[in-house]
Amino acid sequence: MVIQALAFYLFAALAVASGVMVISARNPVHSVLFLILAFFNAAGLFVLIGAEFLAMILVVVYVGAVAVLFLFVVMMLDINFAELREGFLQYLPIGALIGLILAAELILIFGTWIVAPDVGQALTAPILPPDQVTNTHALGRIIYTDYIYLFQASGLILLIAMIGAIVLTLRHRPGVRRQKIADQVSRRPEDVIEVRDVTTGSGV
Amino acid sequence: MNIAVDISAIWPELFMAVAAMVMLMYGAFRGEGATRFVTWAGVLVLVVAALLVLAGPAGKTTAFNGQFVVDAFAVFAKVLLIAGAALALILAQPYNMREDIKQFEYPILIVFAVLGMMMMVSANDLLSLYVGLELQSLALYVVAAIRRDNLRSSEAGLKYFVLGALSSGILLYGMSLIYGFAGTTSFDGLAAAFATDSDAPVGVIVGLVFIAAGLAFKVSAVPFHMWTPDVYEGAPTPVTAFFAVAPKIAAMALFVRVMLEPFGDLVAEWQQVIWFISLASMILGSFAAIVQTNIKRLMAYSSIGHMGFVLVGLAAGNETGVQGILLYLTIYVFMNIGTFACILAMRRQGRMVEDIDQLAGLSKTNPYLAAALAVFMFSMAGIPPLAGFFAKFYVFLAAIEAGLYVLTVVGLLTSVVGAYYYLRIVKLMYFDEPAEAFDRAPGREITVIVTVTGLITMFFFIGLAPVLDGAEAAAAVLF
Repeated sequence: MVIQALAFYLFAALAVASGVMVISARNPVHSVLFLILAFFNAAGLFVLIGAEFLAMILVVVYVGAVAVLFLFVVMMLDINFAELREGFLQYLPIGALIGLILAAELILIFGTWIVAPDVGQALTAPILPPDQVTNTHALGRIIYTDYIYLFQASGLILLIAMIGAIVLTLRHRPGVRRQKIADQVSRRPEDVIEVRDVTTGSGV
Repeated sequence: MNIAVDISAIWPELFMAVAAMVMLMYGAFRGEGATRFVTWAGVLVLVVAALLVLAGPAGKTTAFNGQFVVDAFAVFAKVLLIAGAALALILAQPYNMREDIKQFEYPILIVFAVLGMMMMVSANDLLSLYVGLELQSLALYVVAAIRRDNLRSSEAGLKYFVLGALSSGILLYGMSLIYGFAGTTSFDGLAAAFATDSDAPVGVIVGLVFIAAGLAFKVSAVPFHMWTPDVYEGAPTPVTAFFAVAPKIAAMALFVRVMLEPFGDLVAEWQQVIWFISLASMILGSFAAIVQTNIKRLMAYSSIGHMGFVLVGLAAGNETGVQGILLYLTIYVFMNIGTFACILAMRRQGRMVEDIDQLAGLSKTNPYLAAALAVFMFSMAGIPPLAGFFAKFYVFLAAIEAGLYVLTVVGLLTSVVGAYYYLRIVKLMYFDEPAEAFDRAPGREITVIVTVTGLITMFFFIGLAPVLDGAEAAAAVLF
């Protein structure tokens, strides 16, 4: 128990600290690296509550794909981050005000948190106990049965995202030379290679 | 879970999803030459979907463990939004051909957006609500920016995307608070959880307000309206016509269902919120429109004002109110599509004209268009016996029934202010020196739609009774 509690506080504190660093680091590359650290700590928290599948997905998807994509954007695009930050002080008062209001609301809400009286009945447990099935297995069981509607609808959302990306960015430029594998394969030495006698010292 | 019942409930949605994917494949293999065919196929898909909706199960049916619901209210809203979307798609056809918007994805994205809207209207769970909303929004962001080489269109898409993402975040935050209290996301479960508790805790109220804020963004009610004028102005005109009708109907139907079904017992908590956004929308919509010079911006403020009037019906929170909302939305579709068809006919030397002043003396250069636009403007101003009068009449009737006298008085006063800028257009067209004439022959599609919507707007009172009956039956299922 003590080790678990220690691990929780370690992961939680590191996650919050790296979250703060993400927005306060001057160098955008450092921000992305801190973001990756935050994802790893969140994955650690998931492992602690026994959701190992979510933990691994978080690492694979967010660290493996999203964060690397961020790094690409930060490194390859010529964005002047110092210039982007210029308006920061100007918007600080209103941003701080909204932040304060939200914080006050949160404290107010969670200070007096009540759950509905019969919440225990509403909270059904569709997942079998963890000693019978693995996490992944249990998730698969409900995603493909009880939540098939939402699963399919999410698939449609991803399809739209794909169509949208193609519609907004794909361009057919004229004069681009593309690889034609059929042409390459059907090339014959006699069509393209010419053997010449070259007298020494005169060049072709 | 009975799969046959589930499938029979979602026939229209299933058909649309599969048809859209088939269209996508056809377009991808045929290339840009397929645009015209795919557009008309999209219209056909929408019409068939509407027929499937009408042929759906009678009475209230829930499917997929109560995540999806089909009832008279959903059917009414779905048919309405499909009608609006199909008309907007037909309007887009000549414009897209002329302005070189050749992407065949345009009609496909519209069909997907309508699919998302139908899922929103049929949502019976916070999760399916959110998934439907995102499906719709994502398709809308892309169509707003479909003219990717045009700075204003790209700006419109980006603005819509950033603010839409913010509103989705707010909505999700509210949902998580509600889930934290009730332990369920299904509307039936939420209704049961709130029925037992007479005094809602702070967390629930904050969650409810956040959900209302997220939905108010989608219907562009004040103070969440900031994106509307810029997006309406920047997006290509047929896209604006689509934005002005279909998403508004879907979001408003969703708003009504969410407030009355899961949160029906918390009416005292949300009524003041709706009361305020309704009041603010009516006031801002009418006063800010006065100074506009661009007709698309004017229509944006006009739609903000109209949403304010519709929200009066929700603030009333009674059956007459919901009936009034559905009637209002029905009339709103035809008035708006007609007006946008007229705007699409405003071309001079092959270029779109968007300045209101350019309408001067239209009655002399193009009397037919001027007469049609005048009908729509009189109707929007709410002058009897045109359709717009009945829309406002039933909404305010509900408000008086519910004792919301302040809201009614302000609503009547702001519709007088609104009449000023609607009638200014009529005055420009009929009493000012003619400007240069618009191009002849705006396209057969546009002329037909102007005629049909104009006739519906003028003679709506003949068909008023059946629409009212349908709206009454639809409203009854929510109480």
